[in-house]
Amino acid sequence: MLIRDPRLDVPSSEITPKSIWLNRRALMAGVGGLIAGGLLDAAAAPLQTVKSDLTTTGEELTSREDITTYNNFYEFGTDKSDPSENGGSLTTSPWSVTIDGLVDKPGDYALEDIMGAQPIEERVYRMRCVEAWSMVIPWNGFPLSALLGRVGVQPSAKYVAFQTLLRPSEMPDQDSSFPAMPYPYVEGLRLDEAMNPLTLLAVGLYGETLPNQNGAPLRLVVPWKYGFKGIKSIVRISLTETQPPTSWNMLAPSEYGFYANVNPKVDHPRWSQATERRIGAGFNARRDTLPFNGYGDFVAAMYAGMDLAQNY
Amino acid sequence: MPDARPAPTALQRLHGALRRVPTWSVYLLCMAPAAIYTTLAFSDRLGADPARALEHALGLWGLRLLLAGLVVTPLRQIIGLNLIRFRRVIGLAAFTTIGLHLLAWAWLDVGFDPATMWKDISRRPYITIGMAAFVLLIPLAITSTNAMIRRLGPKAWSRLHKLVYAIAILGGVHFLLLKKTIQPEPLVYLATAVLLVGWRLLPRRRAGAA
Repeated sequence: MLIRDPRLDVPSSEITPKSIWLNRRALMAGVGGLIAGGLLDAAAAPLQTVKSDLTTTGEELTSREDITTYNNFYEFGTDKSDPSENGGSLTTSPWSVTIDGLVDKPGDYALEDIMGAQPIEERVYRMRCVEAWSMVIPWNGFPLSALLGRVGVQPSAKYVAFQTLLRPSEMPDQDSSFPAMPYPYVEGLRLDEAMNPLTLLAVGLYGETLPNQNGAPLRLVVPWKYGFKGIKSIVRISLTETQPPTSWNMLAPSEYGFYANVNPKVDHPRWSQATERRIGAGFNARRDTLPFNGYGDFVAAMYAGMDLAQNY
Repeated sequence: MPDARPAPTALQRLHGALRRVPTWSVYLLCMAPAAIYTTLAFSDRLGADPARALEHALGLWGLRLLLAGLVVTPLRQIIGLNLIRFRRVIGLAAFTTIGLHLLAWAWLDVGFDPATMWKDISRRPYITIGMAAFVLLIPLAITSTNAMIRRLGPKAWSRLHKLVYAIAILGGVHFLLLKKTIQPEPLVYLATAVLLVGWRLLPRRRAGAA
């Protein structure tokens, strides 16, 4: 039975009537998606999923076409279309994840074992990029807390560090003379953030395994934080006592903090974060950005007493 | 006695052919990218984020046209190719394309919302810089007619139009700042602008010395 959590709902006034969203663009995008899907995502396999209570309702889903062709994944290039154009070469099978640091059962875990240990849920989340655009994505995955629970987090652990694959032979920007950023990409969460029920390890979207451009085969999704926290193609998860370094923070500490919680009141130094453009909504797609991307009821308590303008 | 004349050089033949090209046709050619991208955007063929894609395409072509206008003089000085007759329409096409870039932002992106527009202009340095560059372009466009050149006098007119050097560099900085990281593409444009402006600051050569 599907129990929808009312805290995840949006007012019905924001729900687009079906007659409007089934418009010409959606039909065209759908047809395009089928054609492109057959060519680009030959490896996409259907997933067995279960419904989740922790899903966002009342939002029109961003089309699969848009979700899989408008990406930031600098390992494959900095243009939005680069990841879908250059990501095909990435080998994602076999895949294993090293889990180490302050855990009871460190080791290299095969992706199949990580995925098979719990049901794969379907969760719709808003995704807010730090560049002030947003999508609504039906992810398939499982809570990070389930994996951490199985490997046994030691009491001294306070943070979780993540690392993306480093494989220049298959990731062109890692092989470039002028890489867009230092690799491998790294990210991190505080342990309570990592254990929050909303924090997801995604293995698929729209009921199929992740396309490479979206971070195959395993990526992080933290819906109340800017999208760059959602590290892709994860090969290492380490439990640490100290706050781990994070890629964008190292690159421009005054622009990207460790927390990176979605906050319309704290502007990026070079652009406002008060509004966002909803991808797929055509022209005049700006809407107000919500504190914690609308997930404050689930996560705001974790930051009680913190100055979020300082800890951006 | 045509036989007594030496055969025209390739450059002379090119100049002869160019004399027959009406300047308005060059204006139309320079406006083609803006027309194509606008058509694509309004027929929903610019991808997931059409407002942004159109904004960027118009901005990029506006900057290219600005730089193209600045290439005219060095081309004449270095290889003797004289395109001066087309410089005004290249500049006007740059102004039009950049104006459409601004319109795409104001209309398709922020929906003419004055509060958002003012916030963007005042709080986003790259938009402040871009807007400053556009404002500086306006007097150049207004004074581009023959009547205005006469009214100002050639000296004052040419002094005023040196503003385009600052505008081109501001355009390059605007492009560089809007990316999340320092990226090669905007760097190439900024370097080209600096090079073209720097060329003018070099000590003057004597006519014919090149």
